[in-house]
Amino acid sequence: MKPFDAITLFSALLFSPLLFGIINRIKAMFAGRNGSPLLQTYFDIFKLFRKNMIYGNSTTLVFQLAPAGILAALIVALLLIPWGPIEAPISFSGDFILLAYLLGLSRFLTVIAALDTGSSFEGMGASREVTFAALGEPTFMLGALLLAIHTGESSLSRIFGSIQLTELHPTGTTITLLVAAWMILLLTENSRIPVDDPNTHLELTMIHEVMVLDTGGPLLGIVTYASAIKIWIFSALISNLVFPHLFEKPAMQTVGVAVGIIFVAVVVGIIESIMGRIRLRNIPKLLVGATALVATGLLMTLAG
Amino acid sequence: MNLTPQKNAIAVSLKDVPQLAIDTFRTKAIELANNGGLVLSFFGTPKDDQVAIYCAIGTPANSEIFVFYTVVSSTYEALTPHAPQFHWFERELAEQWAIIPTGHPWLKPIRFLQTAYNGKNILSPDAPIQPGVTDYFRMSGLEPHEVAVGPVHAGIIEPGHFRFQCHGEDVFHLEIELGYQHRGIEKKLVGGPDTRTPFYIETLAGDSTIAHTIAYTQAIEALYNIDVPERATYISAIALELERLANHTGDLGALAGDIGYLPTLSFNGRIRGDYLNMTGLLCGNRFGRNLIRPGGVRFDVSKSKVDELKKRLATIYRDTQISCDLLWATPSVMARFENTGVIAQKDGIALGWVGPTARSVGIDTDARTHFPFGVYKTLQIPVATQTGGDVYSRAKIRWNEIEFSKSFIEQALDNLPEGPIDILMSEPIKHAPAPEQLVVSLTEGWRGLVCHTIVTDKSGKFDVYKVIDPSFHNWFALSMALRNEQISDFPLCNKSFNLSYCGHDL
Repeated sequence: MKPFDAITLFSALLFSPLLFGIINRIKAMFAGRNGSPLLQTYFDIFKLFRKNMIYGNSTTLVFQLAPAGILAALIVALLLIPWGPIEAPISFSGDFILLAYLLGLSRFLTVIAALDTGSSFEGMGASREVTFAALGEPTFMLGALLLAIHTGESSLSRIFGSIQLTELHPTGTTITLLVAAWMILLLTENSRIPVDDPNTHLELTMIHEVMVLDTGGPLLGIVTYASAIKIWIFSALISNLVFPHLFEKPAMQTVGVAVGIIFVAVVVGIIESIMGRIRLRNIPKLLVGATALVATGLLMTLAG
Repeated sequence: MNLTPQKNAIAVSLKDVPQLAIDTFRTKAIELANNGGLVLSFFGTPKDDQVAIYCAIGTPANSEIFVFYTVVSSTYEALTPHAPQFHWFERELAEQWAIIPTGHPWLKPIRFLQTAYNGKNILSPDAPIQPGVTDYFRMSGLEPHEVAVGPVHAGIIEPGHFRFQCHGEDVFHLEIELGYQHRGIEKKLVGGPDTRTPFYIETLAGDSTIAHTIAYTQAIEALYNIDVPERATYISAIALELERLANHTGDLGALAGDIGYLPTLSFNGRIRGDYLNMTGLLCGNRFGRNLIRPGGVRFDVSKSKVDELKKRLATIYRDTQISCDLLWATPSVMARFENTGVIAQKDGIALGWVGPTARSVGIDTDARTHFPFGVYKTLQIPVATQTGGDVYSRAKIRWNEIEFSKSFIEQALDNLPEGPIDILMSEPIKHAPAPEQLVVSLTEGWRGLVCHTIVTDKSGKFDVYKVIDPSFHNWFALSMALRNEQISDFPLCNKSFNLSYCGHDL
């Protein structure tokens, strides 16, 4: 492992919970409130880790082990994400497929832990989660394919390293389409408005949160931390698409990625502040729309 | 035979309330209910060894109220199959007095009264009396599934149990079981009025304190046959409209919150408090407790308070307008409100819905217009109606009523008559009201029609005190709204009705 790898990895592990703080601060600003502290997610995680474990009567070992698996899958996924000019700690040809599967693995573990509780609510949430995930996956895979064809590279680090934003056509257009589509994917995967509402207390409307209703204490702490890493992964992917390529010097590019990640969090906060949730039965339309955006970009890339 | 109509809050002697044979009673009740009538009250009271069933039906079109009764011993043929408006009332009657309406399509307890017949429930004598423990409508098969929600909920709301029969995300039927909030208030009121009576009334449904208190005081004033000074009626009407403003504003904010739209949620939460503070300025209590008592109001409004109220109203209303306009201007909000939780006018007429729920399907019943009381006899207030029957209609009606209430308060403050604020009825009331009288008193709370019916005994004490909160009429509307709706939209639909649990359970 190279020294820069360690720095980027630990930055991600350390700063990912900050993104929730930024989003909440932006939402509070729009609502005219002071909002919770920027570091609230850290406080929450520490608080949860000081609690005892409580398991429901109907749960088994699956429920108890799943959070660790979820976190492990996401940390490994984090190792595949480059940081601008700094290559990812693990990089090989076709690594984006592993990334998709690691995200899928974490979701699978969340779902079986939810089903393990036997609660009608959690089953409902699990059903929603897998439905929307299945519709979201083509957006990610087609997007990766688009980039691979466009750059002629096959690992995430090299793909992101060789994007040239200077040509407006077709690169500028396809990247714009891709950013829009992946932004929708980010909102869906991380259960944000307009797809899901992370703050609601209404179980019947939840998608992701309802699956962890029976999870508490340190297990919930792990799940919360894992979701912070997940939103970091998606923000980093989007940031890597654009921000490093706006600068010449590698040092500036490195800083650009960090700025980009924060920028994505701010945009998420703004989206959450200015719109309500869409109806559950319309979410597939949104996801298919995202896929259509990527497909358009892909066609443009193929046409050259 | 023709019945003599009564008016809102006018006492009549029990001798003048016609006793009908059960057949005539049924014919008359069904005929009135199915021809533009609204069942206001339908209750039993022991008479000799039998039970007298009183029925009060109002016809909003001509402001008339018909009251008549019959005497039955243990069973009678149910009215519900012919006039569905009675369905909830007959379940209540059966539970309270062990009178079985034969042929009722869904006869179950509604409050699970602990005190019924020697600890047994007449409707299911083998089961222990426990809220929620009863038979439910169930769909069978491998694909439908059942979701049970409550009585303990995630938010800070009252307890109620909801059973959904679902197929995937679609709801076929929702059954609502209440009764967890039953406090036995009606029973406690028997033998009154005494010093405790107003406090029971004010807590029937805490968010409708003013509406219930006006209904109570009107009834008492009718029994004593006294006229309240005009100034007092103005002040109580201002309090009633402030209650409406506060609750409608809060509801619109909560509707925004349920779909994750933060600006209106946050602003309206604050603005609701501003309206409550105006009520606080009026009488020192934000919910208007202790403001209204039989004979008038207990707090006068000085000239400076009038100016202060006007000034605050103008500012707060402007804020409300800005905040609520955001709802109508945001496409994602409209997309959620429109065509969600649709209810039909024919169901509303058949089931006797009231308040904004009824007005959202074009039924323009409003006690302030159709059974005018107090200052509403002279000062008119328009009735807001919509025809969509969806969440949007119920939200828009709330907004229109905010507009109307604001203008009404301004008008009332401008025209506040001089004079005393009460007629010095001694408190505690020293002598009892007129004996053997019956009075039906109606007001329009923010949720809809509030009906208090009092029957006094030989010594003038309350023999029966029957309270019908608008929620009693409207809970079934929520079930109807959920049919073929998505289960994920239940919280939004529920909030668009925002019914009272304690007002229903009493």
